[in-house]
This record gives sequence, structure tokens and C-alpha cells, in this order.
Amino acid sequence: MRAPFKPSETVDFVVIGSGAAGGSVAKELAVAGFSVVVLEQGPYYREKDFTHDEMKFNFNSPLMNDTKVQPQTFRRTEEETAKAQRSVGYGRQVGGGTVHFAANYWRFHELDFNERTIWGEIPGTGFADWPITYAELEPYYTKAEYDVGVSGLAGANPFEGPRSKPYPLPPMPVKSSGVLFERGAKKLGLHPFPAPVAVISKDFRGRVACVHCGFCARFGCEVGAKSSSLATVIPMALHTGLCEVRADAYVRKIETGANGRVTGAIYFDKNRKEIFQKARAAVVCANGAETPRLLLMSKSNRFPDGLANSSGLVGKYLMFDVGSTAQAVFEHPLNDYKSIEVTRLIHDYYAADPKRGFYGGAGIDARFNSNPLLFGLRGMPRDMPQWGAEFKQNLGEYFTRSMTSMSHATCLPLEGNSISLDPELKDAWGLPSMRVTFKLHPDDVKNQHFILARQREILEAAGAKKVWDNGVWDVSGSVHLMGTCRMGNDPVKSVTDKYNRAHDVPNLFIVDGSSFVTSGRQQPTGTIQALAYRAADFIAKSAKAGAV
Amino acid sequence: MATWPEILAAQEHARAAAQSAEPPAFGYLDKPAAADIEALASEIIPSGDTPGAREAGVVYFIDRALSTFDQGRQGLYRAGLEHADSQRKALFPASQSISGLTSAERVELLRSIERTEFFQLLRDHTICGFLSDPSYGGNRGGVGWQVIGFDNQHQHHPPFGYYDAEEKEGSR
Repeated sequence: MRAPFKPSETVDFVVIGSGAAGGSVAKELAVAGFSVVVLEQGPYYREKDFTHDEMKFNFNSPLMNDTKVQPQTFRRTEEETAKAQRSVGYGRQVGGGTVHFAANYWRFHELDFNERTIWGEIPGTGFADWPITYAELEPYYTKAEYDVGVSGLAGANPFEGPRSKPYPLPPMPVKSSGVLFERGAKKLGLHPFPAPVAVISKDFRGRVACVHCGFCARFGCEVGAKSSSLATVIPMALHTGLCEVRADAYVRKIETGANGRVTGAIYFDKNRKEIFQKARAAVVCANGAETPRLLLMSKSNRFPDGLANSSGLVGKYLMFDVGSTAQAVFEHPLNDYKSIEVTRLIHDYYAADPKRGFYGGAGIDARFNSNPLLFGLRGMPRDMPQWGAEFKQNLGEYFTRSMTSMSHATCLPLEGNSISLDPELKDAWGLPSMRVTFKLHPDDVKNQHFILARQREILEAAGAKKVWDNGVWDVSGSVHLMGTCRMGNDPVKSVTDKYNRAHDVPNLFIVDGSSFVTSGRQQPTGTIQALAYRAADFIAKSAKAGAV
Repeated sequence: MATWPEILAAQEHARAAAQSAEPPAFGYLDKPAAADIEALASEIIPSGDTPGAREAGVVYFIDRALSTFDQGRQGLYRAGLEHADSQRKALFPASQSISGLTSAERVELLRSIERTEFFQLLRDHTICGFLSDPSYGGNRGGVGWQVIGFDNQHQHHPPFGYYDAEEKEGSR
């Protein structure tokens, strides 16, 4: 069987979603000789579609979900009635979130996988060990880094777990924000290191090196130097001749037969025509919000509470992108709007420390995350004029002389935080809207206050003229979507097993941010991709042995 | 904010205007309203040693926004300008129009409406018209970018700034 396929042909795998996970799974399965159809909700953009137009890409970006056609509702607790509100954001095109992400590509640490054992119980939470260790995942981190192209410096982060290979590419050139952050951090006895990023610092596997254009996060890369699934694993998958990527294919149900096995997926094509793609197995990689929504929509007589949901945990334990932000202005121009966002990091506060009096940890970065228009609108400190002659003058100073530090912090898994189906609201296709319920654990708040103070210290030690921040608040939205189909050994307490196979359905696999048991310290893409490579390896071996 | 197709339409509109030899015509605003908006925008980002909202053609950006991707905000502008004009009459009874006020008077007028939704929108639109891609009708010749020190190149080379240059120098 060669691509393209007919929906009536039973392909080996239907993969739902084409981002960090879906692209990698499709590539690995196609390379292993299986026929694969990838169904992607969003369109198929090419590099020529990506520009520096801030009006287009910074607001209601065509690279992200549009809540005008796919509205969402939000509430803090299960007792409240959710109100229509944009809450979660995700990449919605071939390549998913890897197209517009900032390309931060950290590995989780060894402790992320067994932190429940290290720290102990946290009452009222679903804090738990992962069913796998860092050592089990390590070969797949390496495989992902070498397939997509990650730039970094092995050994520079003293807190990282062991690596079997160095990064395939040297670190990106340090920006002034990185130099200043490094100076400040070293003064305080901390251990700054070059940020690992999924952007190629040199030509790599037929792709050209980054040209430092500065329109990186929120934008698609017009030269293909950002190591998105669009620029890397999707072309590799297509090259096999065994994989077909169908864009504008919005899956509404994973179909199962009388024996409880997946038989394929029903989707709307671009013209909203329903199509049933037959498949021997399905891999759901639709992200931590759309994956549980799809499973919950895939009800049947046999699975009345949604597919793979005998535990009742599909959609539960949602974890968000949590972190604090500090900014600083310096004497000389940094021109930090150039190149990628982040070039230096510290992981000194990564591990939780009982002495702090709460659970939590974070990585802290040095970056600049504005383009001219975004900076003009929101970049100036709130205690300074926001219009007028002084505003204009300050803007001229601050745009080139300021930098940002963001922290990426733990978000505890709480059963009450979830993705569910809204009982009232429907999207433009008539499907139930996703309802988001989310409230931070008190330790997540305390941790951010602690980390924000550390960020300020570093910026001050770096010699900033002024340091400012906008505090810590209870977030109501996120672009990192984790935890909603957690993996585990106990089918009562998890949705998938340690190889991402649904406990309830032998030929259904779930691989993306939804698989996470804990949040790590954010920056989930590298771990999503490592999990995808590992799951694909297991799926391919099982399928060859007739065990899928 | 607007959706992508609406924004594309606005750009087409702006490109057509830019290619025309005639001074750009307004698509939505009448001349007095355009003059008042320009007068207010020119206090949000004033001219001076460097170009401001006026030189950047911010009013053309706003006109295009209101005739294309921000059509839904025409009512807010209409009501906002009416309110601003009634404030003008109360503050400066001898004056004839917002565009006829002195700079200091316009600043005082803006302060009196600073907390309104209209002002916030006008402020954001003015900044958008100053710093967005010139294809939207504002930021003429990239003057807004020049004012804030943004070098609009499609590629850059390290060192990018003072401190990384200094570090590079030091490591030699």
C-alpha cells in the first residue's frame, strides 16, 4: 500500500494530530513500514505563508485555534457554571504547536519522574511518580534531538540527567540578555548555561541555519530553521511514501467495533463532509486539551463515559503553563529583538526544597519576547506613562535596552482541574465545546512568588537600571496542556499504560502532553517528543509481533 | 482583534492605496472626524525631534481598520468622538473643534477621557498604526520602527547588542 490512501482502505494506523507527538509517531511508524494516515484539524501552511506581519501573527493568530469557530468555556471550580471564554491555546495546523513555539527544548530531569517518592505525598493532589524513569526515556530524547535538530551544550547544565550523546548542534550565539543574565547569575553563585533550543545553529540535514530574524515565537519560521514537525518529521514521514497527511481533517469520533477495538476515525473534511477512515489502530496526538475532548466525544454503548475512560480520569489532572515574568532595562542597547528568544537558563531552583516551606521548583530564563508592535502596546512598565511625549521617548530607550526573564514552574496535578465537554455550547461543526476548569494549588502560587524574587535578584545583580514585574495571579489559560490522560501502571488511576496504550482499548494509543503525570518545569515539547518516539518504537514492535 | 481574512483584506486595501498616485482617500472617516482623530493620535505619539503618529500616517491605519478588520468598532469611535467633543466644549468653551485645540489643550482633553474604552482603543490603534507593517497604511516608510530603534532586516548577525559584543571582545 502506498500513499495516498482511500478512506475505505484499512490503513495500519490513523494518527490524529500532527504536532510534536503526531508528526514523530507518523514518521517512526512509516519508516518502520506501516501505512499511516495523519488527520490534522488545521491547514497545511508552507514556509512562504510565514511572514513578519505582527498584526497577523500576534493577535488571533492563524497558527492557533480560533475561539470564534471553536469556542471554549471556563470556570474555576466544578461548582461554578462555566462561561464562554478563551482559555487554552494550541497550534492548529500541520506541525501543531511546534510551528509557532519559542523552541525551548529542555529535557526533564531524573527527579521529574519519581518526585512523589522523593518529596512525599501532597494531600488533596494527584501528585504521583511516572511509570517510567528518565533512564528509560533517555535514548528517545537523544533520538528526537538528532532527528529534528536541537542546539545546545552537553554538560553545561550541572543539574541535568546523564546524556548518551551530546547535542547534535552547538548552542545558538548568546544574546545580550543571555550575557547579562549569566553575569547576574554567576555573581549569585548560580549555574547559567546555554539554552537548548529546537532551532538549528548550523546547516543540518539539508536545512539552513537560523538567520536570527527575530520573529520566532508566535511566528512560523520562513527558512525552516526552527525544528518544527512541519520542517522535520512530517517531510521525513512523507518521504517514505507510506504516510499521508490530511490537513483540514477535524476528527469528531474514534470509532470502535462490537469487540471494543478501534476501527477507524470519523472526521469532517474541509467542506464539512463526514468521512470515515478505516484503520487497524489509532494513535491520538491531538494535544492535552483536544485529546481528552475527542475521547469524551467518542462515546458508544460499550464506552458510555467516553473512550478509554473506565478510570473516569480522561480530562482530569489538567496542568497549565505556570511561571512568573520580570523585566529589566540596562544602560546600553541589547537589541534583543534579534534572533531567537532565549539563550541562557538556570536550573538551580529546579528541585523542590522542603526548607522553602512549600512544594515547587522552576527553571529561569533570559529572553526578549516582544516584537516592535507588541512591545509598543504592552512593553513599558505600568508605573510609567503609557502615552504622550514621555512614553514615546521611553519607548525609544526601552525597546532596545530591555530584557525579560521568564520562569517555568511546577503546576500540581489536581483532580478538579479538567477538560470536559460543555453541556450547552457547541462549536461551528455542532460538536460540544471544551469546558476548562482550573485553579492553582496554593503551593503553585507560593512557588511563583519565591521564583519571581529570584528572577529580580538576578536582574539586579546583572546591573539593571530598573527591574519590574506584574506579580503573580491565578491563571485562566495556557498553551502548555498536560496531564489529561495520565500514564500509569494501575488502570484505576491512569488512562494509559507505560507505553501509552489505553488500558481499556488494546489498539488505541494516546501520546502527547496529556500523557504527563506531573508538569516537570514546563517546556514540555522535548518530553512529548521523546514519549512519542518511545511509544512509536513499542507500537511498531508490537504490531510486527501481531500484538496490536 | 480581527481575524486573518479580514486582516488580509485590510492589507489589500492599503496596498491599493499605496500604489495610487493620488493622496490616499478615507474609506470610512469623514474629513472632520479624521482631523480630530489625527489631532488626538498626535498627542498619544507626538511629533518632535523624531516623527510621530502624524508623520507615520496613523489616521490612515485607523481609517482602514474601521473600514475593514475593525468595522465592529465604528460605533465605539463614533460615540467616543462625540464624548470627546462634548468634553472639549466643557473644558474649552471658546474652541471650535478638537483639531483646532492647542497641543496642551488636547493633552488636557485626553487626560479627561483617559479611563474610557474609546481612549484605550485609540491608544492601541495609534500604536498599531505607528509600529505595524507599513502595508496596513501606517508606519509610513518604517518611521515608527526607526523611532524605537528596530532595524527591519530579514536577517541579523551576531553580535546583536552591546553586551554580547563586549563578551565576544573579552573572550578574544
